[in-house]
Amino acid sequence: MTARPPIAMLAELTHRCPLSCPYCSNPLELARIDQEIDTETWKSVFRQAADLGVLQLHLSGGEPASRRDLVELVQAARDAGLYINLITSGIGLSERRLNELDAAGLDHIQLSLQGTDAEMADQIGGYKGGFKRKMQVAEWIKAIGFPLTLNAVLHRRNLHQLPRAIEMALEMGARRIEVATVQFHGWALKNRDTLMPTREQAREADTIVIEARARLRGKLVIDYVPADYHSDYPKRCMGGWGTTGLNVTPEGKVLPCHAAETIPHLVFDNVKETPLHKIWYEGSAFQAYRGTDWMQDPCKSCERKTVDFGGCRCQAMAIVGDANAVDPVCIKSPHHGALQVQADAHACAEGQDLIYRSAPGKPVPETVE
Amino acid sequence: MITADDIPFLPRGVRVHRDRVRDAWVLLAPERAITLDTIGHAILTEIDGQRSFGEITAALAAKYNAPAEDIAKDSAGFLGALRDRRFLEVQP
Repeated sequence: MTARPPIAMLAELTHRCPLSCPYCSNPLELARIDQEIDTETWKSVFRQAADLGVLQLHLSGGEPASRRDLVELVQAARDAGLYINLITSGIGLSERRLNELDAAGLDHIQLSLQGTDAEMADQIGGYKGGFKRKMQVAEWIKAIGFPLTLNAVLHRRNLHQLPRAIEMALEMGARRIEVATVQFHGWALKNRDTLMPTREQAREADTIVIEARARLRGKLVIDYVPADYHSDYPKRCMGGWGTTGLNVTPEGKVLPCHAAETIPHLVFDNVKETPLHKIWYEGSAFQAYRGTDWMQDPCKSCERKTVDFGGCRCQAMAIVGDANAVDPVCIKSPHHGALQVQADAHACAEGQDLIYRSAPGKPVPETVE
Repeated sequence: MITADDIPFLPRGVRVHRDRVRDAWVLLAPERAITLDTIGHAILTEIDGQRSFGEITAALAAKYNAPAEDIAKDSAGFLGALRDRRFLEVQP
């Protein structure tokens, strides 16, 4: 099938991060600093992305502020004509650096929130003092006037803090809050027993979001990613595989989605060797699940096949062991019932410790219970 | 609903952009890119943070030789949707 140009690119500038969130979406095998592509290569990737049709660039990580050349990269991306969103925990951003990012043309900041108080946030992030620092960064962001999205990542341990998270978004002057229930990929898969929300929590979050959306219309936009395992239909992952967005890893590998490396038979091209244009239109990983030709039943004959494109390929891989299968979240999947039972079992597991994201050479946070 | 006296403006982080690959005008905003049709583009290029919504629709009516009432109605719907997403603000 002929693909259309991508709209968005997620540039994972580095896997380095001061935090160790137990639901980190980075792969279990993290790229080291000496594997990261250099400034000039990133600049070339940004220009190639703009030429390819990308409009929105999301600078992410790890913690993108861990890259010393962040300001230079933002400048280059803006020169290429891209709209730049910085996805950050705030750690590593000083007032001076924020001013430099402002001058370089950064368009928008998405600030993550691990909890609404220091006790919760620092425990989840595994970084003492992180919450206090984040609140300081939020003040600087507000003073400079960057458009802000607060990204509250929620799970069983902190879902009760959702109403406060919404209040905090208003206090910070955010125009938008992303209420993101943890999706179980990467490190989060190891922590399902501690992070899986209960069915009641998932329902309550639905109610809170509906009420807040009505109350705050025109004031605060609320985008909501509901609890996945408790749904009846899967999510349209990445807007459809190879249709909307692409992801570049710290080493320069180009992925159709951030978790695509968990599908073992896929082969990924690298920007160091192959032009981005060729990767998008001809790369085998992008062709693999583009469109509907790859589908088998129940997807193939399903009336929703171009609505959700069979859901998440990585989730089918992780849970069913077959990346071509229907996402097991789907009510039509033979594994749907088992997944719901499994979700309930995870949700009522007790006394589990958080398994933090860990990287070689980095101390593992002590679990505070 | 936006009224004739309101002065609309695009807040920081929202901008009209020429998409040279798709040969179209788009509105870029946090996490969104909205393709603009001719009318949408015409309205947004009139918004300068100085003139009121009434003045803008009158200018568009003259330019396109169309009834100001129809233009005001269509524009209000379009701008209202942008305002709900916080892609458009009105001077206090």
